[in-house]
Amino acid sequence: MLAQRLSLGLVTLFVISLIIFLGVSLLPGDAAQAMLGQSATPETVAALRLQMGLDQPGYLRYFSWLGGILQGDFGISISNQRQIGELLGGRFANTLFLAVMAAIISVPIALTLGILAALYRNSVYDRLVNVITLSSISTPEFFVAYILILVFAVNLGWFPSLANVSPDTPFFARIYACILPATTLTLVVVAHMMRMTRAAIISLLASPYIEMAALKGIPKWQIIVRHALPNAWAPIINVIVINLAYLIVGVVIVEVVFVYPGLGQLLVDSVQRRDLPVVQACSLIFAATYVLLNLIADILSILTNPRLLHPK
Amino acid sequence: MTEPTKPTSTIESADAMPPPPRDESKASIAWRELKKAPFTAQFGILIIITYITVAVFAPVLAPYGESEIVGTEYDVWSNQFPLGTDNLGRDMMTRLIYGARNTVGIALITTLLAFFLGGTLGIMAAVLGGWYDQLTSRAVDVLMAIPGLIFAMLLLTIFGTSIPSLIIIIGVLDSTRVFRIARAVSLNVVVMDYIESAKLRGEKVTWIALREVLPNIMPPLVAEFGLRFCFVFLTISALSFLGLGLQPPTADWGSMVRDNATLITYGDITPLLPAAAIALLTIGVNFVVDWFLHKTSGIKDEY
Amino acid sequence: MNLDKEIKKLQSQVIENQMSRRAFMTSAMALGVGALAPSLYSEAANAAPKKGGVFRVGIGAGNTTDSLDPGLITSLFSQVMLRGGVRNNLVRYTNTNELVGELAESWEASPDAVTWTFKLRKGVEFHNGKTLDANDVVASIKHHVAEGTTSAAKPIVEPIESVKADGKNTVVFTLKGGNADFPFTVYDYHVQICPANSDGTIDWQSGVGTGAYIMAAYEPGVRARLKKFANYWDESRGHFDEIEMTTISDVVARTSALTTGAIDAMDRCDLKTVHLLERNSDVNVVEVTGTGHYTFPMFTDVAPFDDNNVRMALKHAIDREALVKTILKGHGVVGNDHPIATANRYHNKDLPQRVYDPEKAKWYLKQSGLSSLDVDLSVADAAFAGAVDAGVLYKEHANAAGININVVRVPSDGYWDNIWLTKPFVACYWGGRQVEDQMFSTAYATGVPWNDTHFKHEKFDQLLVQARTELDDAKRRGMYYEMQRIVSDEGGAIVPMFYNYVSATSKKVQYLKDGWASDADLDGYMGIQHWWFA
Repeated sequence: MLAQRLSLGLVTLFVISLIIFLGVSLLPGDAAQAMLGQSATPETVAALRLQMGLDQPGYLRYFSWLGGILQGDFGISISNQRQIGELLGGRFANTLFLAVMAAIISVPIALTLGILAALYRNSVYDRLVNVITLSSISTPEFFVAYILILVFAVNLGWFPSLANVSPDTPFFARIYACILPATTLTLVVVAHMMRMTRAAIISLLASPYIEMAALKGIPKWQIIVRHALPNAWAPIINVIVINLAYLIVGVVIVEVVFVYPGLGQLLVDSVQRRDLPVVQACSLIFAATYVLLNLIADILSILTNPRLLHPK
Repeated sequence: MTEPTKPTSTIESADAMPPPPRDESKASIAWRELKKAPFTAQFGILIIITYITVAVFAPVLAPYGESEIVGTEYDVWSNQFPLGTDNLGRDMMTRLIYGARNTVGIALITTLLAFFLGGTLGIMAAVLGGWYDQLTSRAVDVLMAIPGLIFAMLLLTIFGTSIPSLIIIIGVLDSTRVFRIARAVSLNVVVMDYIESAKLRGEKVTWIALREVLPNIMPPLVAEFGLRFCFVFLTISALSFLGLGLQPPTADWGSMVRDNATLITYGDITPLLPAAAIALLTIGVNFVVDWFLHKTSGIKDEY
Repeated sequence: MNLDKEIKKLQSQVIENQMSRRAFMTSAMALGVGALAPSLYSEAANAAPKKGGVFRVGIGAGNTTDSLDPGLITSLFSQVMLRGGVRNNLVRYTNTNELVGELAESWEASPDAVTWTFKLRKGVEFHNGKTLDANDVVASIKHHVAEGTTSAAKPIVEPIESVKADGKNTVVFTLKGGNADFPFTVYDYHVQICPANSDGTIDWQSGVGTGAYIMAAYEPGVRARLKKFANYWDESRGHFDEIEMTTISDVVARTSALTTGAIDAMDRCDLKTVHLLERNSDVNVVEVTGTGHYTFPMFTDVAPFDDNNVRMALKHAIDREALVKTILKGHGVVGNDHPIATANRYHNKDLPQRVYDPEKAKWYLKQSGLSSLDVDLSVADAAFAGAVDAGVLYKEHANAAGININVVRVPSDGYWDNIWLTKPFVACYWGGRQVEDQMFSTAYATGVPWNDTHFKHEKFDQLLVQARTELDDAKRRGMYYEMQRIVSDEGGAIVPMFYNYVSATSKKVQYLKDGWASDADLDGYMGIQHWWFA
């Protein structure tokens, strides 16, 4: 089954590369025009197209790109002739670092808050947690970031407002630099995961076996942790995976505000400059991450649900 | 097949929509339920009613025209401009009121579209299984694996940033998330014995989906609805950060936060107003959602 | 009066490290102020730039796709790094609005201004140890003029017919027609001097130049680290030991970085809040009015804009003062529907300022036989910061004149390819030019590629060619005055405002005493080599 899922994943990646290629090709303008911008004249654009190899038909460029990828060669950026492999490596590591850091902070917080909220549902605590997480989630992330910068960087001076780490930044300096971006991301994702945890558990509390357990006089928290939670994992894992994927793929704005050299900003820049090979490479890395995370989620869902594991 | 979107209609029929005459009893039931509802749910409903009223009667309520420039930029709060003016000297209060109409309307339609598409396909995938499941799941995988904001950027650049294309693009992209949740929770349901027996009885797939699966997966879907709804504001806001928001001079809260955001660095609270408007609505909607969750969960403990 | 000026001049040479104490004394003696000389000298010397330090600057515009190719430089980040730090041009523009030699020591023109001979500075070294010679200059120019060039500067260097080396230290340009202002052409930031390869192309890939700083590390769109070049030919410039440049595209992030001391300087302050930033006692906000302007160009050959009455109606229906106040927050001046700034030599100050007059607009509309007018205006913030807002304001202004402007917001992405030069009525910005001729021949002469108003005017074209070779200043001034009047009264561009460069530095950053150069942002790109720490 795993082999089947993996090969399906590869097909997914292939389809995505096609969609992205077509999508970027459909965008008005090309790399040559984007590069010259306001200064473009018909002759220079034509000359630049020739130099960039954009005079060749699209399908040829796609296949030569595909051929390269199959040999593990991402090709070169058509805007500045840099090796894409080099360009991506460090940035992807940065993206993962920030995502992992945010996940390490947010997932335990979300699960704890969610379980407690289910346990003390409709109490003052439940409502307070709800109001706070809902307020944080309904504020645009750049705005959350601005407020954090104002309080913790400008007024208090505890943390830097720039997270422009470089490859030679030591590990702890890197964590220090990433505190504000990771906090921003945490505020953005916690509410979603916490609410789903709460909802999934509450939806199980009416099940006969839970009521049975309650009748037996088992303490509330034990019912939730020992009996309800194991059966609530499927939706919880799903929402965690969606948010993990978001932490890796969707952090463009946090990267912009904190000047964090991640993959998201590179992708936006490359789309705007129509640098197709770079767009393709970034999208594929994101897509592969996503496919892998999904696979893990599915496996975990099966492992946590005996019924799914042994279908009749 | 409007069933997956039922939660919204439940919410609305309880307050805003005038009940059809033949549902007299239903309306009175709703009213009775509402009186019994906890404080938070009543508060939530009050917020939703207020927002809808403001949205519907915006032209009557607003002191000035939507894009009318009535003062100097960033005027302070005064009798003339209750909440001051914005970066172009338009009345902030007026913009907020019109923002309710544009933002809530767009968010609602987008979310409904997302739930209709994603919910239907997701439940069917779980019920039917086999190649249909494979096909839709893989298609959704593909769509979800493409970075969302980038995909939206691509599509909006190709199709333009008109309101219909914003709604359709965000709706379709969001529906993939709904699909996943719907399918995942439905999968837990379809392995239950009563589904097996319904299948053995020879019930139609749509019957199974609507009568057996949907009621059992409602709670997580409704919880998701409450959040998805406010994510639409955020997506619009994020897009306007990247320069792809609504057409000016349309007032929408997401873009209004963006337009005035720099002021926060100097402790000016102007950008907090539209942000608070979004937050308040999100809280209101989710309080009602919680109440609904509690009611449908069948838990018998007291509030 | 005159004496004062002479002394100041000497002192400024001391401040810029261009004059020794002995030379100062000798010159002061010659001016007859020998007795005062020691105190005058120490006054100047105390203000002399201090060497050393790591200068960190945050710049808003920088892309991950930025190239080192001088022909493809677009972002301010590349301009500052390459033009201000790593490479030199033949000439540069000073903060006192003079064109002085950089890699060229001197230049002279033939009487008809067709042939220009540049003498190169001797003993200039590239970062890789190679000595600069005429071949490098020729190859660097040819990079922009050769057949099949990809350079964005091609239309700017278009007037060059040929360029040849004459020995090791002389370069001779032959132009297609006389041009008294030709040295300004090689001052364009694209025309940087790179080392030549043996096949006559240039080596731009390595990032080797003759500039004050060596490119030690560069990650496009993210950061660059520059190190002082020990053998820089100009000892009076390049005071910092190291430069750290960071791309910070979000203005709030840039501002907080400056106020928290993470950077020492930033470009493009947020105009909405700059008055609040000015209150910060650790920050200097520096504002320079240059030649940059925002425009609303309309195609003069497309209905309804082909009727000059319609154009005049639209020109009277915009409140320029309100735009300067709201969009630029007062950091700029009103324009008069032509592209020549007050900073230009031949700015026509006799031309009456056009003002907002809805009644007059209605009158012009009537002249064209219309009672009302509906036009689409395509805008995106790619055109200029606040372009969308400017469009909305314009719409409100024009309402009073019975003109309905439908503001269409288009994606910023791809704006210059799909909207500008394509849609008949759009928003646009121009950096402007120091030379009237360059500005007019780039955007207003008949048939040139960037003529974004499709402007076609016989008299204007004739004047343009005549003025180019006219050496009598008064006559020349008359011609340029007339051309400004033509563009203002008959042209297709609404030029509502000239913007200021508004940047900020920490208080410990010191500048040359005449302030910043006005030709480009951050002291004409040159801040990183002209400034120093107190």
